[in-house]
Order: sequence, then structure tokens, then C-alpha cells
Amino acid sequence: LSFPSHAPSQCALCCSGSLHQTPTMPQSAASAAVKRSRFYPAEDVRTPLNRNFTRKPTKLRSTITPGTVLIVLAGRFRGKRVVFLKQLESGLLLVTGPFAVNGVPLRRLNQVYAIATQLKVDVSGVNLPASVDDTYFKKAKKSKGKKSEEDFMAQGAAAAAGPIVSEEKKTLQKAVDAAIVGALAADEKAYLKSLFSLSKNDKPHDMKF
Amino acid sequence: AKSRRLSLFSCTDSHVVTMPFTRNIELGRVCLVNLACDPLYGKLVVIVDFVDMNRVLVDSPNITRCVISLRRLAITSLVVDLQEQRTPDAATLAAAMKACDVEGQWAGSAWGKKIAKQAARKNLSDFDRYKVMVARVKRSALIKKALK
Repeated sequence: LSFPSHAPSQCALCCSGSLHQTPTMPQSAASAAVKRSRFYPAEDVRTPLNRNFTRKPTKLRSTITPGTVLIVLAGRFRGKRVVFLKQLESGLLLVTGPFAVNGVPLRRLNQVYAIATQLKVDVSGVNLPASVDDTYFKKAKKSKGKKSEEDFMAQGAAAAAGPIVSEEKKTLQKAVDAAIVGALAADEKAYLKSLFSLSKNDKPHDMKF
Repeated sequence: AKSRRLSLFSCTDSHVVTMPFTRNIELGRVCLVNLACDPLYGKLVVIVDFVDMNRVLVDSPNITRCVISLRRLAITSLVVDLQEQRTPDAATLAAAMKACDVEGQWAGSAWGKKIAKQAARKNLSDFDRYKVMVARVKRSALIKKALK
């Protein structure tokens, strides 16, 4: 019997790793480090499955281009109409209300939860620094230290005060807002302020967005 | 224009007997294909020949001449003058339709306008729907103010 010579990682058919050996004839005792044994183990030995695919980048829907107004379908800002800025490395969409218009900050959105409308806003004036990527939006890990009674009592007040946003983020948001709002017409601004909802005779599959 | 056909039995001008049916299935009659699953749905076609009691041959400048069941057609009040020539060729038909101004008459008719309005509403984008909503709210506010 001779096994086809191929790299162990490329074989999808032979599950047992112990069978992957390039046959050398004759086999000397010295090179018999991974020598095939006459017997296989009594109990089945689990070998890990090969997972050697390369992740492809998330495909951006063709209707979503920078400046497209999207309708957010889920999450805290569901129903809001937001402006798409760019697609991040993770595949998520970077969107903003703009914050000055409808309270949606620079935020990530999965395109699965977005309906792309036909309205495009001019976002050529928006300068996003390279630092705005997925790590920019990562939540800071809460330190799990021992909490004193004062900390426990202060928890409620901290929650009511809301999340702490850094000054850097605030200035960036203001700059992005100014660039977008400057290019908006009055009715487009009012449109972004409004919420989307379905009413009685609406058939979403029949509607054009 | 509505055309009323004289009954075979009318003898004097003073009493012209008119039929209650004015839209006849005749050569040159313009019809609208009304069955949604038909590939010609929504198109205006002209009757150019007859197959039997239920089927007619229809033609139009943008389509291939075909036989269609009368059940699939909605008859309009427009007639194209084909000079009693059955199955005219494409050029003759197009010229005859232009002479009778089928497109213009259809667009000006209540039926044609209604269909155009339905199509326009269906093609509204989300932003358009928003603008319509704003306009309706404004209009109803004016009406309410006027009615006070």
C-alpha cells in the first residue's frame, strides 16, 4: 500500500494523522520516528478537523455607498435614518446620524440590520482619521477588583449619569457632523430627523426605498 | 370619442336607437392587457384580427404580434382606424396609432391617469414618501384652518 504523498494539512479524506507519511522505501530505523504501527489504538483517537480556509472580507451591498442614507432596523437606534461613511475592517458599517441631527453618534452597524435608501448625501468633506477603526469602538474592559461599599452605592449614580465619552471622541463627532450637515438640504435634514415605521397598508416587499 | 352604432332597425333620423354597449370588439380596438401573469400585463394593444369567439390577434409597436384571449383584455374606448385592413404591417399600424394619437388620448383619459398615478406611488422612494407625508400634513392643516 502506498499513500498518496500530500501535506497532512491538505488531506480532507484521511482523518487519522498517523497515516500521513511520505513513504520512503526502504524505511530505516533512524527515520522511523513516525513509523506506521501495525496496530491502531483500541479506542478511537480524536484528531482535530482541518480548518484552513481564509476569511473573505464581508461583501458590501452594492446599494450601500459612502453617503447613502440607511434605515436602522434593530438596536438602540432602530427606525433612525443615518448616513453611511465607510465599511470597517471587520465588515461592519461606520455610520453617524449625524449626532447633531438625530442623536446617532459615530457607530458601527451590521449591514444586515440596515435598509439602504436611494438618497445619497455628500460626505466628501468628511475627514475620518485612520484611528477610527474597530478598536476605536471596542468597549473598555471593566476592572474586576474588590468593590467597597462606597463603590457599590455609587454604581446607581454612575449608571444614571450615562457613559463617559472622551473629549477626543466629542471633537471628532463635531467635526464629522459639521462636514455632513453643511452639505444637507433643509428637507434632507428633516428627513434624517424623522423615524421610519410601518403602517397598516405598507408592504415592505413591495416598497421601494 | 364615444361612438354609438345605429341599430339595424332604425328608420328615421329622429329616432336613433342606441345600444347600451359602445366599446365593441372590432378591428383597431385598443385594449389593455389586464392579467397580471401575462407577459404583456399593463400594455396597450390593438386588435388586428380575430381567431375565434374568445381569442384575438393583437399587435402594438413595442411587442411581437400574438394571439391573446379576450378574457385577458380590458377594452378601452379608443379605436384606431385601420381602414378595414386586417393584420396591418408594423409601419402601417404605428402610423395609424400615431394618427389617432393613442398615447396622448390614453394619457389624458381618467383611466390612463389613474394607472399613471398608481405607478408613480409604487415607485416612490423612502425620501419621496417622507416628502409626500409632509405635504399632506401641511395641506390638511390648511384645510382645517379654512374650515374653522
